[in-house]
Amino acid sequence: MTTAAATGVRPRGGQSAGRLARRHGWTVGVYVLLLVLVLYWSTIPAKWGSFDVQSLAIDTLPLAFAAMAQSVVIISGGIDLSIGSLISLVNVVSAKYMIDTGFRHALLLAALLLLGSAAAGAFTGSLIVVSRVPDIVVTLAMLFVWAGLALEVLQIPGGGAPLPYLQLGTGHWWSQWIPSGLVILLLGFAVFWLPLRWARPGLALYSVGSNRNAAYLSGVGVARTRIFAYALGGLFGGLAGLALTATSGIGDPNAGQYYTLNSVAAAVLGGVSLVGGVGGLIGPIAAAFVVTLVKTMLILKGVDQNWAQVIQGSLIIVVVMIGGLAIRQRRRA
Amino acid sequence: MSLLEARDVGKRYGPVVALDSADLSVDAGEVHALLGANGAGKSTFVKILTGVIQRDGGTVELRGEPVRLSSPAQAARIGLAPVFQDPALVPDLTVAQNVRLTGLSVDAVRARLREMDLDVDFTEQAADVPLPLLRMIDLARAMAHEPQLLLLDEITAALPSDLAERVFAVMQEWRRRGRSVLFITHRLAEVIAVCDRATVLRDGRDVGTVVPQEGGERQIVEHMLGPEAAQAEAKAVEVDETAGVDDGAAAGAGATTLELSELRVGSLAGVSFALRAGEILGIAALEGQGQDDLFAALAGERRTEGGEIRVAGKTLRPRHPYDAVRAGLVLVPADRLLALLPQRSVRENIAAPRYNRLARWGPINPRDERRRVGTAIDALQIDTRAQRQVRRLSGGNQQKVTIARWLASGFRTLLCFDPTRGIDVGTKRQIYALLRRLADDGAAILFFSSELSEFPLVCDRVLTLFGGRITGELAGEGADEASLLRAMHGLVEEVAV
Repeated sequence: MTTAAATGVRPRGGQSAGRLARRHGWTVGVYVLLLVLVLYWSTIPAKWGSFDVQSLAIDTLPLAFAAMAQSVVIISGGIDLSIGSLISLVNVVSAKYMIDTGFRHALLLAALLLLGSAAAGAFTGSLIVVSRVPDIVVTLAMLFVWAGLALEVLQIPGGGAPLPYLQLGTGHWWSQWIPSGLVILLLGFAVFWLPLRWARPGLALYSVGSNRNAAYLSGVGVARTRIFAYALGGLFGGLAGLALTATSGIGDPNAGQYYTLNSVAAAVLGGVSLVGGVGGLIGPIAAAFVVTLVKTMLILKGVDQNWAQVIQGSLIIVVVMIGGLAIRQRRRA
Repeated sequence: MSLLEARDVGKRYGPVVALDSADLSVDAGEVHALLGANGAGKSTFVKILTGVIQRDGGTVELRGEPVRLSSPAQAARIGLAPVFQDPALVPDLTVAQNVRLTGLSVDAVRARLREMDLDVDFTEQAADVPLPLLRMIDLARAMAHEPQLLLLDEITAALPSDLAERVFAVMQEWRRRGRSVLFITHRLAEVIAVCDRATVLRDGRDVGTVVPQEGGERQIVEHMLGPEAAQAEAKAVEVDETAGVDDGAAAGAGATTLELSELRVGSLAGVSFALRAGEILGIAALEGQGQDDLFAALAGERRTEGGEIRVAGKTLRPRHPYDAVRAGLVLVPADRLLALLPQRSVRENIAAPRYNRLARWGPINPRDERRRVGTAIDALQIDTRAQRQVRRLSGGNQQKVTIARWLASGFRTLLCFDPTRGIDVGTKRQIYALLRRLADDGAAILFFSSELSEFPLVCDRVLTLFGGRITGELAGEGADEASLLRAMHGLVEEVAV
């Protein structure tokens, strides 16, 4: 036996302020970026007011839910390329069957569709877990499946929904400055994410994304958790589809395409690492607003559509690059 | 009274037999060692006993009840809690979240750590916690399950000796409370000091259960290697030792290949030494005294911050590992998978470093490649049964492949950073002999190890590093643990006074 050696193995004393900045710096950064953009945006139109805030909320609501869907899956170590066409499917089914019905009927159908989209997500997740085919391949295949089904339900844009239902996405509550869509968004976040985030299912979600082997050895049901992540992603996807119906007023079998990659962009911009295990949903929600706002502002400025896309892509690269550099700087320090 | 009774347990992956047919009997109130060479099946056995993998055959009984486990969570519930070789803490979660993930109370784990006199910040992310402390948290978490049997797979491999002592205290506590510990280690001294009995595995079978205090190290090694192999090994070591003495004299004659003057990088605060061809120079140090930075700088992974590296008289400022490799400085790291392409074959792994020279554009000459690779494999006695994918090889064979890569592509100075970490006794000896042979052929070798007993076996000279400076120099033969430890703590001057 060797003699006991003083080894200096002690945890590094953490200043809680520094650690807070390290853990939430990105989210704070995204909100600062959003604030700056909003301030600038408010100077562009001649008469900027509650109406503009309203229309931003309307434009963003489906993407915000889609970003949440994608973030949940990415945090668990996967990626869901089928989310866009699942959104289309929910959108067309709801629009087809909500037209000419009452509000109650519409809400009941919405609840059923949420269950259905969660089940669809669980199905995708099960395929991945059972077949052991990489996530990206299975969800790419499911992209075509849901897209085909959506076209089967509605060949061309159509359908509709009762007025009170549309009001959920496009109205305002209490004050003209509080769009109803924003309230719905926060409600969805509070009901479906917050209770999980700090409980064992949420921890399990992060753990399988961070290190699957360590999670398994810690007693986490890895397969179950991954399926759960896709189910939760499906649920948020369903919310996105329902939101799309409420904000656009119709069902469009191709409308979801926009969300497939924009949801990934919003997740990454919002601080979710594509490697898994890192990030949250608060950042991606703000990032969804940023993505939408940039598009809106470029249109306001009269920038050509094609160039607007180039600028949007460059923005994502620049922001993510700055974030990456900041992390590297911190590692060195 | 028997707590755990395993009979004829086996596991195979396709044609590879990980565990052939092994018995194990652990009594209540016993610290039981599970020993064996790399690839003997120890880790597989532990994984079967804790539900990580499912056995193909055999029976396992806990207190007379047959058990079949399907997950680690289930194993913990019935009183089997493991600490595995790889850390089981999720890096992106905080320590507290990691505890809650297993369904334990944070207070219970905190209390366990306090008992071991460890102060852990539970709000820290596991990724930011140093590895030795992570192992202790792992242990505290396993203990908080209050298991009947604690299974510790190589927990001491990554621990400095003061923390290892605390692990031994835990093992003794478990024995006092009438519970049991199954302990896997490559350090036979630990087995003799703390274990009541030891079961030895060889090639996936149990070859005997011994009482370490009675039979001693020799008996265990005999069991591990098999009777004939043990004799052959002993001879080989004798031959090596005489060769080593000759070489010590010859080393003086070799030309200086690597020279450092006042090198500063990271926590390294000005280090100078010269390494000659044909010499094996040891670097002994406690955890975190700058040895990582020294090797990283020499291998071109870190830029130097001051001082000079001279290779064969020419100044070298490596900005990339490629610069170091081109100057003939090549690294054999402790974590073999950092150096290897785990999914590729043995042959590709050995041949890979040859293709990074731009002058070698164009098609690969397969015959030349086969010949060079074959020579390297023969020279190192690599077991190539699982050669399609390097990750399927045992740790010892993987380490041989990392050395073989450089053998096939040419080098002047070998930088070995803890090359035998987690490798069994038999393979370790092969590696010592191999290093000596390389030195005899004119290579210069810089050798760091976390196991002090290796220095007198391997090195011509040993330098001790403390607080980023060299605090002592010992001749290879004189580098016993006591003198090394004194110098490693920077106590040489005081002793001299």
